Amino acid sequence: MKKQDFVLRQQPGFRLSARSLRVERGGRAIINDVSFELGSGEALLALGRNGAGKSTLLRALAGLLPLAGGELTFTGGNAAPLCEQAHYVGHADGLKTALTALENLEFWASMLGARKLAPQQALEKVGLARIGDFPVGYLSAGQKRRVALARLFVAARPVWILDEPATALDVGSQERFAQAMAEHRAEGGMILAATHAPLGLVDARELRLDRGFALAGAAA
Amino acid sequence: MSLQPISRPLLSLFLRETRIARSVGGGGAIGVVFFLILVSLTPFAIGPDLNLLSRIGPAILWIAALLATLLGLDRLFQADADDGSLDLFMMSSTPLELVVLVKCAAHWVLTGLPLVAAAPLLGLMLGLEPEAQAGVAASLLAGTPALTLLGAIGAALTAGLRRGGLLMAVLILPLTTPVLIFGVSTAAAASGGTVPFHTPLLILCALSLATIAGAPFAAAAALRAREA
Repeated sequence: MKKQDFVLRQQPGFRLSARSLRVERGGRAIINDVSFELGSGEALLALGRNGAGKSTLLRALAGLLPLAGGELTFTGGNAAPLCEQAHYVGHADGLKTALTALENLEFWASMLGARKLAPQQALEKVGLARIGDFPVGYLSAGQKRRVALARLFVAARPVWILDEPATALDVGSQERFAQAMAEHRAEGGMILAATHAPLGLVDARELRLDRGFALAGAAA
Repeated sequence: MSLQPISRPLLSLFLRETRIARSVGGGGAIGVVFFLILVSLTPFAIGPDLNLLSRIGPAILWIAALLATLLGLDRLFQADADDGSLDLFMMSSTPLELVVLVKCAAHWVLTGLPLVAAAPLLGLMLGLEPEAQAGVAASLLAGTPALTLLGAIGAALTAGLRRGGLLMAVLILPLTTPVLIFGVSTAAAASGGTVPFHTPLLILCALSLATIAGAPFAAAAALRAREA
């Protein structure tokens, strides 16, 4: 077992609580009065139509958009703020097309800190063991997405914030990724995801968004 | 995570930046080639009057260096904003100010330093005296860091915009006036004059040091406010 896995397991007491979050963009409220609680090993699935505010909510949770109101507290782990303990996989893959997959992963491993798997092992985990020294620019959309997902494994961070993570993934990769998410939750991590397609998250809580409001009784 | 030494991620950021700039389409050498073309076009426009050329040579070299520095700067943060890297920088425990500073350092090593090396050679084409050539090179060495860092503020302000490069140039060029004035006067003082050589050179150094100290904070604040 890797040392970092062990650290994650020893501190199962992560807790994320959001109280009446409000996020504005350009003066308009995109997220209004959204609250939820999430503990170790739990997953939250944000659902809703296009433009319902799923991505905005996730970006605000990742610290990339300022909160216009409400309270977001994260306890457990080290004292660092949530954004430094969370992985974010958004619509953009965060990869440099001129660099190889391994160079990209190696860079993010040292930038994000708390190394977990070696880049080559992380690529094996997403089924791309043999394309490590290929420039990312030559890869297909699905392969790029898998390299971006491999970033989740090179740095140990307890919270995964995933915005449509399964875009362009084939069925086999989706199953492999569902298994990786299950492992992460078994280690005590938490997952917040927005999706339209099923992600294979078992007993995830659902947060149904409609025009920025959480629909009643969706996430207790 | 926060206990990790801060130099490791910064070193790998520096190496990544240089690797990208050297790759095909990275634009590492564009600045110095542009500089070369601009300076060699000037004698065609002005005519083969060597006295005139050697008198305005330092100014030509400085304006060409100014434009060459700004040429690649618009991509400094735009590329990272487009591919999502900027989001991840904000989520790392490394302060964004240091990320900005290291990116500027890499940009300067790849575009500013070649200009300093090429300046004496091009000075020869403009008929500059040896002292003036050395003076231009010294003034560029002292002054181009300020150009890069001022440009970084503009690049950060326009990172989220389409075709932000032109806007960046319009925003930043007026701010570079003091650097240009003292750069050219350093070069002019090297080939004789009433002002001692070190006076404008020291002011130029001070301008560079002040921008190194201040610009990363301004640029990082602009990057953070990008989506608010």
